[in-house]
Amino acid sequence: MALINTLLEVDHLSISFGGLRAVDDLNLSIKKGELYGLIGPNGAGKTTAFNLLTGVYKPNEGIIRLDGRNITGLRTIDINKAGIARTFQNIRLFKDLTVLDNVKVGLHNLYHYSTLAAILRLPSYRKVERQMDERAYELLEVFGLKESALLKASQLPYGKQRKLEIARALATNPKLLLLDEPAAGMNPQETKELMETITFIRDKFHLTVLLIEHDMKLVAGICERLTVLNFGRVLAEGPTSEVLKNPEVITAYLGE
Amino acid sequence: MKNYFSKNKDTLITLGIVAFAYVIIEIMVKQGAISSLFKGLLVPLCAYVILAVSLNLTVGILGELSLGHAGFMCIGAFTSAFFSKLTVGVINPDWLRFVFAILIGFVFAGLFGFLIGMPVLRLKGDYLAIVTLAFGEIIKNLMNVLYVGRDSKGLHVSIKDAVSLGLEDDGQILINGAQGITGTPKDSTFTAGFILIMISLIIILNFIKSREGRAVMAIRDNVIAAESVGINVTRYKLLAFSLSAALAGVAGVLYSHNLNSLMATTKNFGYNMSIMILVFVVLGGIGSIRGSVISAVILTLLPELLRGLSTYRMLIYAIVLIAMMLFNWAPSARAFRARIIAKLPFGAKKALNEEV
Amino acid sequence: MAFLSYLINGISLGAVYAIIALGYTMVYGIAKMLNFAHGDVIMVGCYTVFSVVSMMHLPVWLGILLSIVVCTVLGVTIEAVAYRPLRQASSSLTVLITAIGVSYLLQNLALLIFGANTKAFTSVVPIKAVKIGDKLTITGETIVTVLACIIIMIVLTLFVNRTKAGRAMLAVSEDKGAAQLMGINVNRTISLTFAIGSALAAVAGVLLCSAYPSLTPYTGSMPGIKAFVAAVFGGIGSIPGAFIGGIILGIIENLSKAYISSQLADAIVFMVLIIVLMVKPTGILGKKIQEKV
Repeated sequence: MALINTLLEVDHLSISFGGLRAVDDLNLSIKKGELYGLIGPNGAGKTTAFNLLTGVYKPNEGIIRLDGRNITGLRTIDINKAGIARTFQNIRLFKDLTVLDNVKVGLHNLYHYSTLAAILRLPSYRKVERQMDERAYELLEVFGLKESALLKASQLPYGKQRKLEIARALATNPKLLLLDEPAAGMNPQETKELMETITFIRDKFHLTVLLIEHDMKLVAGICERLTVLNFGRVLAEGPTSEVLKNPEVITAYLGE
Repeated sequence: MKNYFSKNKDTLITLGIVAFAYVIIEIMVKQGAISSLFKGLLVPLCAYVILAVSLNLTVGILGELSLGHAGFMCIGAFTSAFFSKLTVGVINPDWLRFVFAILIGFVFAGLFGFLIGMPVLRLKGDYLAIVTLAFGEIIKNLMNVLYVGRDSKGLHVSIKDAVSLGLEDDGQILINGAQGITGTPKDSTFTAGFILIMISLIIILNFIKSREGRAVMAIRDNVIAAESVGINVTRYKLLAFSLSAALAGVAGVLYSHNLNSLMATTKNFGYNMSIMILVFVVLGGIGSIRGSVISAVILTLLPELLRGLSTYRMLIYAIVLIAMMLFNWAPSARAFRARIIAKLPFGAKKALNEEV
Repeated sequence: MAFLSYLINGISLGAVYAIIALGYTMVYGIAKMLNFAHGDVIMVGCYTVFSVVSMMHLPVWLGILLSIVVCTVLGVTIEAVAYRPLRQASSSLTVLITAIGVSYLLQNLALLIFGANTKAFTSVVPIKAVKIGDKLTITGETIVTVLACIIIMIVLTLFVNRTKAGRAMLAVSEDKGAAQLMGINVNRTISLTFAIGSALAAVAGVLLCSAYPSLTPYTGSMPGIKAFVAAVFGGIGSIPGAFIGGIILGIIENLSKAYISSQLADAIVFMVLIIVLMVKPTGILGKKIQEKV
């Protein structure tokens, strides 16, 4: 069924909270390397969909496949290990850790040494820590955060905090990156830079990106295909230019 | 080498301060410049320092409030004292027996930390605090009804009274209920205490700067985000909590091998002790290991040095505790401080920043 | 017969726990904080009655009245000075640690003023014990305590559901921000909650010390913690829950003392707490809360 170049396959995904169907029969098929947008008015169920994809909520119905593997119902940490990383709508950084350490936490499952090696500062500790530092600095450089590496995450300005969240998610070496309103609160200049960065990392790290966005300019600018949600249900889907011309979509947005 | 120093500057300074203090006190002891009362305080002082830094691992690094820390100290004290009493004359020399006793206290307290942590760490904030308090009290209460004796047939255990142990005539009571353990070998010395402080500090400070330590702090700062990058929350919470408990056990070993008669009372292993350690941690700065060391030392010695103050000691602790919390954490106080700092010249700002 | 008398004593103790737990549960439900000093407010109430009645030889009713006034003022002051500034603080640990500090402060103030010696508290209950058959005696303290507990619970339930101030409390406990938008004065509502909780603590203290007439600066601390256990048991935030939890806990404690071991009774009470929190953390009548991502 699933095409060989499909990365994420979502079939009939649904969840209810106390009778309200927050996500109702969601189907998605995202190709490898694609930049895919999930849009819709407030309360349409976009973030809930992300929470389902990352195992924060367990779906009542439906199947999620990543690269052909059924990941429905797995724990959040196992879904991350399987290859999905995300950012959050309301930024969730490790605020008292340094910018560098935030990224190094993202690298946690890719580098290993024993507790004893850490406590006794054995050579394995020093070697692996050096590798982690190198990798973390590489990622920070992509987002222009290298100079802020030793600041606390909470000391960063808002826009940079959003970027750090993406860097941290990338550190886990995902196949699929979920971005929850990455441009929220940014000015047009910052938004433009962010669009370039997202396209850049998609190519550099061979990623597939699924993003939730309100900013239509950003969506139209970078997403190749879209799914529009309204009241938990799919309203429209297809190539960006076609979907944005769909009268139902326009009504849903203007009627908001 | 220079790079190594700059990366571990904080750790080395902390260890240096402790070593320096140790040398000064040792010289004063040799010179006879120290009263016997003060000398008697040195070993408990070392135990308090270890308790404070280990509790800071739970409160400051893991971000969970434990009110049962004295319970883990109690486990370490009793298991190790029991072991030492059993093996006096069996394991020689004495220092080797003491090393084993320390390991036993470490392992058993850590094990209890693990077993208690498994259910408890699923809870949040206030509930976790009250449940750790409950566990601390349960441990203390159980110790008060535990009777263990030994005769030619082996060990006997009872939770009723000494008679129901059914010992032979030449049997020996090892743990005597509320009377506890008497005749533990006095293996604890100030030097042993100093070495154990250094080891505890190295363990904790190096742990914090490892990938596991970072995972623990990530959980403290944001559980949901930590899970989203693949951190196993339960595992690292348990690791930090057990390590903290195990080190409290080591403090218990030090404490029990300094006493002729070891009893579990409210004052030494009860809720009051847990709170006192928490006061050390809060006043030293939550999350600051060096601060814990310094505040444990000052708050233990100060009331003894100023004898007249000892009546008011607890009262002063309480007032300082409340004032510190309000000054450090109330949003209005923080905003006030931020305004003051903003007015300072650059050099002073830098100095303040580095201190944090 | 012995069992019945242990049971009745258990209910009597449980009724005291229930009154304390009512204060705990209201404060926890509305201010979302564990007021660790609640038990020590009880102790202050006891010393007030002791000073007025036993030291100044003034009438009992005046002692009780003053005790209620002192505790109410104390509770409201503690909230305004120590807790309110921390309400917006990022971590809930901070206010809990502050509460521990307040508890410590009250204990040590009492220690300085009244000393560590146990004071013999004279019962304030004028009712004689009732004998049923040969062996079963119900003390006047038991009768008054249980009656007081039931009356308090009923009045409190009516107050919360039927009055404007009570409904404001419910609103604040549901959502502070929304309550504020609805024009409810959140600070005043929380103050009122502390006032009621502390007044209840005074009543509980008088009853506790009448039944167990020895008074020290630490008198309130254990009953306070156990009452919190009762509140959790019944479901935090629930008034009937606090009542049920208190009674059950009192019975468990007294029966363990009688049939298992008096030294282990506290340990057993705490085991109950742990088991409840493991199995049903929301308690018997509590509600479930989920964190929003």
